[in-house]
Amino acid sequence: MRSIITVVGKDTVGILASVSELCAKHEVNIIEVSQSILQEMFCMIMLVDVSKCNVEFTAFADEAEKLGENKALKINVMHEDIFNSMHRI
Amino acid sequence: MINTHDILETINMIQEENLDIRTITMGISLLDCADSDIDRACDKIYDKICKRAENLVKTGENIEREYGIPIINKRISVTPIAMVSAASGGDPVKYARVLDKAAKEVGVNFLGGYSALVQKGFAAGDERLIRSIPEALAVTDRICSSVNIGSTKAGINMDAVRLMGQIVKESAERTIDKGLVGPSKLVIFCNAPDDNPFMAGAFHGAGEPDSVINVGVSGPGVVRAALSKIPDADITEVADTVKKTAFKITRVGQLVAKVASERLNVPFGIVDLSLAPTPAVGDSVAHILEEMGLEQCGACGTTACLALLNDAVKKGGVMASSHVGGLSGAFIPVSEDAGMIDAARSKVLSIEKLEAMTAVCSVGLDMIAIPGDTSAEVISAIIADEAAIGMVNSKTTAVRVIPAIGKKDGEEVEFGGLFGVSPIMKVSTASPAKFISRGGRIPAPLQSLKN
Repeated sequence: MRSIITVVGKDTVGILASVSELCAKHEVNIIEVSQSILQEMFCMIMLVDVSKCNVEFTAFADEAEKLGENKALKINVMHEDIFNSMHRI
Repeated sequence: MINTHDILETINMIQEENLDIRTITMGISLLDCADSDIDRACDKIYDKICKRAENLVKTGENIEREYGIPIINKRISVTPIAMVSAASGGDPVKYARVLDKAAKEVGVNFLGGYSALVQKGFAAGDERLIRSIPEALAVTDRICSSVNIGSTKAGINMDAVRLMGQIVKESAERTIDKGLVGPSKLVIFCNAPDDNPFMAGAFHGAGEPDSVINVGVSGPGVVRAALSKIPDADITEVADTVKKTAFKITRVGQLVAKVASERLNVPFGIVDLSLAPTPAVGDSVAHILEEMGLEQCGACGTTACLALLNDAVKKGGVMASSHVGGLSGAFIPVSEDAGMIDAARSKVLSIEKLEAMTAVCSVGLDMIAIPGDTSAEVISAIIADEAAIGMVNSKTTAVRVIPAIGKKDGEEVEFGGLFGVSPIMKVSTASPAKFISRGGRIPAPLQSLKN
């Protein structure tokens, strides 16, 4: 299963590193990363493969959200299909 | 990978604009539970519901977490109980109690189907069930009831209309100490759909499969936000924008319905495209109409705006889903919509205007508080008027009015939660008693001779 991780917030040092570290810890493979600055907000989108994730998907998503809260970032982990179904015919 | 803009748009719709799946409703047929012994029938019903819906709530919660889309309600609809109770006879409230127990066991917040379909007349069990509705709604917590009293093919059963006026009133009287919850869980339909996932009017029609998953989407906030980005566009563009937005909303509903149906191993039935408001700020259908350019919902032009909205939602949604059904359109429940509440308070929105609006929207006079001293005949006449609109226009219409016992127009009733708050609306007191007392049937309208 592939998921999309979105990270939105104020740009600081080490955001990419901390999210990648979390992924590595749970054996979540990063497939693609794009990041940009939108209206002075840091915005990173990661496509990841969670099929080998070593914890329950919901636990991983919770941990990612918590990591975001600690760094004043908004982190969401959502199944890729919700974006595919909404934006692709 | 999908581009950043699209991803952020989806997240924004969910987090800022209240996009959600309003309900996953599992329809369960109870036809095979009918038994000449009422206790045995109740046991069979309890077992079947608990077995079929065992994982409904948990599956819904898992999908919610995985896909990041809130699924507000998990519910069950069952075969109209009048059909089951016809075989056993006895006190139909027994069925209500066992359904309530089953609903609590599996964790759903509402179970619909304490219903009877009497558009052409009363069959065995129908009248008894209808007369038991006030008690059933008073002694249970999660049961919803509906009665179909008319259809385009059958006409309107005026005996049932007369009876339902009394039942609505009695339901209110029986639940005064429970915040008038009785009539808020009772819907009187014309052309009731068999596959409606929304409460309080959901039931599992006789032509449906043994069990089925129906999904109701929502998202008035998303439509309004989309329109707020084009303040000076002409109406053609407004309609196009609603259509595109409805498409996106419905795609999410289709996805959730597909996944839920696979995981529960229950066939997918339909996605209901309704824009269902809640009293929460930013989740109002009235505000969409105001965004189109009305000072307040209820102003002249409201019916036209609503017609455009309802049609565009369907056009956008139909392509996004493999099967569309249920009510599919915009809901206009007064107490459940912040914009409607404001419009009713300021008296811009009247019950007569709401009646006109129901000719072009998906349901009918919904969640409207009326003065407590409104007579049963007037309530019956409101039902007859609404049913006539549905019958002639080949569409579903419904009445869910709440007689606010002990209160007058201008005062307010608080229902709490999703049911919201409602200013009591003025109703004409001129008596239709003679008309209602006649009984009989309004013949089905002419639908052919179209050459």
